[in-house]
Amino acid sequence: MFQTVSLSGSRGERQLFSDVSVTVKPGTLLAVVGANGSGKTSFLRMLCGLLSPDAGTILWQGKDIRQLKEFYTAQLTYIGHLNGIKDELTPVENLKVSAWLAGDDSSGAIVQMALEAVGLERSVHPLPTRVLSQGQKRRVALARLWLSTRQLWLLDEPFASLDAVATSYLTQRLQSHLSNGGMVVVATHQEIALPTDSVQHLRLAK
Amino acid sequence: MSQPSMSEALRGVVRRDLLLAMRRRSDVAMSVFFVVIVASLFPLGVGPEPAVLRMIASGVLWVTALLACLLSLGRLFTADYLDGVLEQTLLIPQPLAVLVIGKVFAHWVISGLPVVLLSPLLGLQFGLGGDSLGVLTLSLLLGTPTLSMIGAIGAALTLGLRGSGLLVALLVLPLFVPVLIFGAGAVTSNLAGIGSEANLSLLGACFLLSLAFAPWATAVALRIALE
Amino acid sequence: MSFLGINWFKYSSPQAFHPLAGRMIPWFSAAALALIGIGLYFGFFIAPTDFQQGDAYRIIFVHVPAAWMSMFLYVIMAAWAGLGLGLNARPSFMMAQAIAPTGAMFTFLALLTGAMWGKPTWGAWWVWDARLTSELILLFQYIGIILLRTSIDDLRRADRASAVFALVGVVNVPIIYFSVRWWNTLHQGASVSMTASPKMAATMVTAMLVMTLGFWMYSFAVTLARVRCVIAERERQPSWGKNSSIQEVAEAR
Repeated sequence: MFQTVSLSGSRGERQLFSDVSVTVKPGTLLAVVGANGSGKTSFLRMLCGLLSPDAGTILWQGKDIRQLKEFYTAQLTYIGHLNGIKDELTPVENLKVSAWLAGDDSSGAIVQMALEAVGLERSVHPLPTRVLSQGQKRRVALARLWLSTRQLWLLDEPFASLDAVATSYLTQRLQSHLSNGGMVVVATHQEIALPTDSVQHLRLAK
Repeated sequence: MSQPSMSEALRGVVRRDLLLAMRRRSDVAMSVFFVVIVASLFPLGVGPEPAVLRMIASGVLWVTALLACLLSLGRLFTADYLDGVLEQTLLIPQPLAVLVIGKVFAHWVISGLPVVLLSPLLGLQFGLGGDSLGVLTLSLLLGTPTLSMIGAIGAALTLGLRGSGLLVALLVLPLFVPVLIFGAGAVTSNLAGIGSEANLSLLGACFLLSLAFAPWATAVALRIALE
Repeated sequence: MSFLGINWFKYSSPQAFHPLAGRMIPWFSAAALALIGIGLYFGFFIAPTDFQQGDAYRIIFVHVPAAWMSMFLYVIMAAWAGLGLGLNARPSFMMAQAIAPTGAMFTFLALLTGAMWGKPTWGAWWVWDARLTSELILLFQYIGIILLRTSIDDLRRADRASAVFALVGVVNVPIIYFSVRWWNTLHQGASVSMTASPKMAATMVTAMLVMTLGFWMYSFAVTLARVRCVIAERERQPSWGKNSSIQEVAEAR
């Protein structure tokens, strides 16, 4: 179970949000909504531990993530604005490295299946990622979710650059993750097509 | 929940960077060509008198290797920072200092090791011979990884800043001075007949000291830069 | 925590520290003027003329205290930096920020007076002796810290990055000192050494200590003044603007 307690954050001299307290239970998705610049990305980065909040704590299973450190980051998969993939490597190589570094299965067959599940045909797999379109690169980045066995997913605008087909693939994947007891926190502009009882909304306020 | 072991994480980081270098072979070539060209400038500036060249050889070759390391520091973290790979690296559940050692090691294999391997030839060009060539190579073998580790601190502190190239130089050159003194001193003392053991031992000490502290300082600097 | 009946912790907030610092500055400035004046008088008029170096050596009364200050201030700055990183306390970072320019100034003064001493004594404006060369590298480290801070727009990152560099640098200072002396002995050709300073008569030692103390007072005064400026600049917020003296300072800059 995942909780923030009175979280406050600012960026430079600008106060973004204050006193945000929210609880995410297994099987639920927290959609963080708000206009651009409202602090969604900063909020997510705080949940990762990449950014320090001005005040408040973040609790994982009741313990402060600042004490848990690596034990906590071993529980999460984060996909931010940036894709986290290398242009010079092929999608297969990129995904293999990501899976290896996450301790997940990185065998060739599994990786190919993940890339196909996200909608990338086999013909594209051996090409250097730099020749792919933005949407295709985003799919390569998101393919990690099909390999991830971690409980908490933190996703920053995952649906951006995705077409309708890829959006439905991703939504299905999120649904199966939630059904397995996983948790997702998503920063997003758009509505996610998931059953309403498994979705919470959070609008960040100053 | 899944996580890589420390050695798996380390190997993964090193393998990725070496794989990237193989795709961009010009990176290796650049360091080598830089050292060759700059080292050739000195005789052109100072004159080809063999006695003079032999006297300045250790200093010139060491400064050249040092500058090559400095110039290559921009490639250590910047690409990973820009494409989001660095923030993923920060989230790997293993000590960041260990992963930094991996990155620096891969970086040294690409940029520093070629210079070490080339150094006997450059030494010959400057009139060094026999065991002083060996001392030169050994001093660079110990010194260049040390410079890379120390330089990584500067690279991490200035990550993503405008004009970071010059700023890194300003930050890192004072830190390079002891390594330069002991490294070039090893060759000089060998040529003077005093024996290079003292300088080489001190160089080794610098290597161990930087291995103990620099990756940790670099990790701290990386977290600060990525906030 | 109460000492001498004063609750010191209340001064750890910048708003409270600002007026306290303001009250302390005139005292330190007066002490600085007095001590530096006495020190210079002792050094330039009372201390005896040196047997070997004549009157030119008198610049040592500025050179040596300045060199000492440059090193002390670096260590103190690094201590504030370490405190800031450890406690995540902004005031500590502000102190480190305030000390750096003064430290750099003393380093430059030490180098300048070193050159002024070198010329009449050894015939050269610059000699590569161990102490001067170490001072030069210390100056580079100070400049590096200052430039690193000005290159980073985000205040929190600037504070913490320059703090890390200050700590790395403080580890480097003794290493530099050792390695440069090592280098000096290796290259025997250099026969010049600033360490061959004149035998110190009692009045000379007194003068140097008085000057050092005077430089300390000066450093306190200037650092406190600079910290007030840093506080005013950083804490400029509508709620705090009600304190008119700080508002005036902020507007006057």
